[in-house]
Amino acid sequence: MDLLSLDLLPPLLKGLKITLLLTIYSIALALCIAFLTGLARLSNFTIIRVMAMVYVEIFRGTSLLVQLFWMYFALPVLLDIHLSAMSAAVIALGLNYGAYGSEVVRSSILAVPKGQIEASISLNFTPLQRMRRIILPQAWVMMLPGFGNLQIELLKGTSLVYLITLTDLTYQGMMLRSYDMSQTTAIFIWLLFFYFITSYLLTLLIRLAERRAVVGRGI
Amino acid sequence: MIQNIPSTIAKPIVRYRNITKSFGDHTVLKELDLDILPGEVIALIGPSGSGKTTIARLLMTLEKPSSGTIEVNGEMLWHEEKRGKLVWANEKHLHRVRSSIGMVFQHFNLFPHMTILRNVMEGLIQVHKIPKVKAEHQALEMLSRVGLQDHILHYPVQLSGGQKQRVAIARALVMQPQIMLFDEVTSALDPELVEEVLEVIKGIAAEGNMAMMLITHEMDFAKDIADRVLFTDGGIIVEQGTPQQIFEDPQSPRLQAFLTRFLKGRTDIVVNDQVAAGAK
Repeated sequence: MDLLSLDLLPPLLKGLKITLLLTIYSIALALCIAFLTGLARLSNFTIIRVMAMVYVEIFRGTSLLVQLFWMYFALPVLLDIHLSAMSAAVIALGLNYGAYGSEVVRSSILAVPKGQIEASISLNFTPLQRMRRIILPQAWVMMLPGFGNLQIELLKGTSLVYLITLTDLTYQGMMLRSYDMSQTTAIFIWLLFFYFITSYLLTLLIRLAERRAVVGRGI
Repeated sequence: MIQNIPSTIAKPIVRYRNITKSFGDHTVLKELDLDILPGEVIALIGPSGSGKTTIARLLMTLEKPSSGTIEVNGEMLWHEEKRGKLVWANEKHLHRVRSSIGMVFQHFNLFPHMTILRNVMEGLIQVHKIPKVKAEHQALEMLSRVGLQDHILHYPVQLSGGQKQRVAIARALVMQPQIMLFDEVTSALDPELVEEVLEVIKGIAAEGNMAMMLITHEMDFAKDIADRVLFTDGGIIVEQGTPQQIFEDPQSPRLQAFLTRFLKGRTDIVVNDQVAAGAK
């Protein structure tokens, strides 16, 4: 057994590319959904609040795997919507983690001290200006740790996509192993390494965002 | 000083009419009537929980009245007339009427993510739509007026309480309101920082072109700068008059009890009905 067997690398890197693309697209989608839904949960209109809540509860309350199956296998049959495996995976991951993320957005907005809103009313800001200039910049700082957790969770969640035919990092590893069982340990060490490096990069990204967000505030 | 001008001469800038405010079962204001004249400085004194802060918060549109109306410059603040009926005003209406009101809070409520300069500029840029360079100029001018020209690029967290409150005053003042509300602006300050804030407010009052409502526990201060002092207790205005009348010749037992208590430095204790009754 050669732990550093470089023959393993090309197929694993191909899988890593799929995993990374999935992660980046899904994080972008989840972030948009998290903001829209989190704000919708605080809307003045009951119907919008209820719709957002129903979405969040459904996507948090069912498993990601089932959601992947629905996007890829059930939608074509039911509604004649045919998505590529990549699109189906990005949408399922985005909707699933967007639901969790919306709770981070909602709770952070609620955690901004009431006095901040009162001060912005006293300066006669419009509701939109209050949100954009006063509430969101302060809530953003509080959202970052929660988002950090979620994006690492999302990265690890991508390992389910092989069940809808995508050859991601995990799947490449499993294939290599089925060719040559003696390489099992080496393959899994590479997998650990790649997942860890990727998630560590995501952590660094969040830290960078945090450092920028708290500038001047001595937090 | 505008004191003792009959209200028939100067038209009130603010009129509270029959205002009641309840939180659940608890009524904090009962059928309040209050007129404020342009440029008039009024001081509200009274025990904690007597409803004086609520009077200011209703005018700043931070609390909705349970019943009654408030007029600002002859226009309804909280209500609009539609087909002869009073209905709650929408945000657009509130936005328009609110523009003549400014407020300074007990806990400053500066925006922590902005520099001092930005805190003062932000309203000019967002609300008054003034170009950045001009807004910066006005903000700088206002900050030097409160003696903070050397701190403009600091963040609120880097300032003392007294400095923060002076920024908050500058931030409200730069918007040029016709009436300014000061809600216990020195209550959260260390004793040695109170004076610098009071000095700034005295300076503003001396200019005399803005109506001011001071909610305060600083009796000497109220005596110094108010045209009229109102004593509130139990959700009503128990007594009002010139500072001399209120502080030197209080009529009602409740006010007498409150002032006695105050002289003993026990302001934290609510004058309740038993105490008031006991003072009779």
